[in-house]
Amino acid sequence: MIRTEHIGKSFGPLHALHEVNFAIPQGEWAALLGANGAGKTTLIRMLAALTRPSAGSIEVAGFDLERHAHKVRQRIGVVSHHPLLYGDLSAEENLRFYGRMFQVENLQNRIDELLSLMELKKRRHDLVRTFSRGMQQRLSLARAVLHQPGVLLLDEPFTGLDLHATDLLTRFIEKAIAGSVTVFMSVHDLDYALAHAQRLLVLCKGRLLMDTTPGGIGRDQLVELIRE
Amino acid sequence: MNSLRQIYTILYKDVLLELRSKDILTAMLIFSLTVVVIFNFVFEPGSAEMATSAPGILWVAFAFASNLGLSRSFAREQENSNMQGLLICPVDRSAVFTAKVIGNVLFIFLVELVTLPVMVLFFDLSIGAVWLPLLATLLLGTLGFATVGTLFSVISANTRSREVMLPIMLFPVTVPVILAAIKSTAWLLAGRDLGQVWPWLRLLIAFDVLYFVVCFLLYEYVVEE
Repeated sequence: MIRTEHIGKSFGPLHALHEVNFAIPQGEWAALLGANGAGKTTLIRMLAALTRPSAGSIEVAGFDLERHAHKVRQRIGVVSHHPLLYGDLSAEENLRFYGRMFQVENLQNRIDELLSLMELKKRRHDLVRTFSRGMQQRLSLARAVLHQPGVLLLDEPFTGLDLHATDLLTRFIEKAIAGSVTVFMSVHDLDYALAHAQRLLVLCKGRLLMDTTPGGIGRDQLVELIRE
Repeated sequence: MNSLRQIYTILYKDVLLELRSKDILTAMLIFSLTVVVIFNFVFEPGSAEMATSAPGILWVAFAFASNLGLSRSFAREQENSNMQGLLICPVDRSAVFTAKVIGNVLFIFLVELVTLPVMVLFFDLSIGAVWLPLLATLLLGTLGFATVGTLFSVISANTRSREVMLPIMLFPVTVPVILAAIKSTAWLLAGRDLGQVWPWLRLLIAFDVLYFVVCFLLYEYVVEE
């Protein structure tokens, strides 16, 4: 699960996030919506222990982030709009590197399984810089779930993906949710969020304006909120 | 034990990437060899000036070549935000720092091992009896330089003119290491007794320890914002 209490983040005089409170239970798919600059990436970076909050506390996968960042990192998978992969390493070498960093057991089997799942088995020995954006993002998802995390943090994972890759990712996330993985995803596509997420959080200028379910709000109302 | 394995994993990855691209080693080698060749034409062959200037020239070549390598080494982690990828791993920032320092020392030392014989040949130096303490001097000097450089390359990467910022920050701070390394090299090449060189080596060791401890402690705060 993910819980935030009164978290804020300031960069000098700029308040990127202010008094953000929410709790996402285990196995729920939450979509984070908001205009550019609303604070979505900052919030996801904080949940991923990449940056510290200026105020408040965060609990991820049952651990306080401030005191147990190391344990939290073992239990989260992160996908951002950057693939976080080395272009001069092959797909398999990238996964092996991250697998060793996360101390994954039976690593070779897990790599084989994920490359098959992401339809990348034939390209396993090719350098990642020769991959299309969609292939890189699929490999990025494989990297993120290599250690079977309980929480998936996805920052606009569909940017630049074609329909096939989007479908593949969606199916993968649905399977993860069925396996009790908590998914927290920032996304610009409202229709996608309304169709798939079980929970909608709307950020505007660093403040959490709404925390609801897709049934609890109409599309037009959502558009209005995001525009505010 | 886990940290040691993770340090090895990061180091192995860096070496593999360098073996594929060779961009760090090539840039450093071309620079250091060019410096040695150019200065070779400045002095009269076999002159006393040539012998007395050699240690300074050697360390100027190493210092500036290292600067190129350090800058490129961190730039590689910035491509595709790979540094962020490293930081989401359950690994101590100190382990990342240690792996990066070892990698940088390895690449710089390799360049020094190629440049030194060229220098010996062009400047007609005699290192037969002192090759071991000379290698120790190179290694200790490189360690101090690479330790500070590894930290500063992260800081300068977040500035607008990073190629300029790294040497501006790095060279003043590493002056004690460079001076001690030059002095130690000069006295070894002049055939001085090892007992006379030892104080300079001790100074190098002291600065290496100091720099490593300070940079080790600061790295976590530098990489996280």
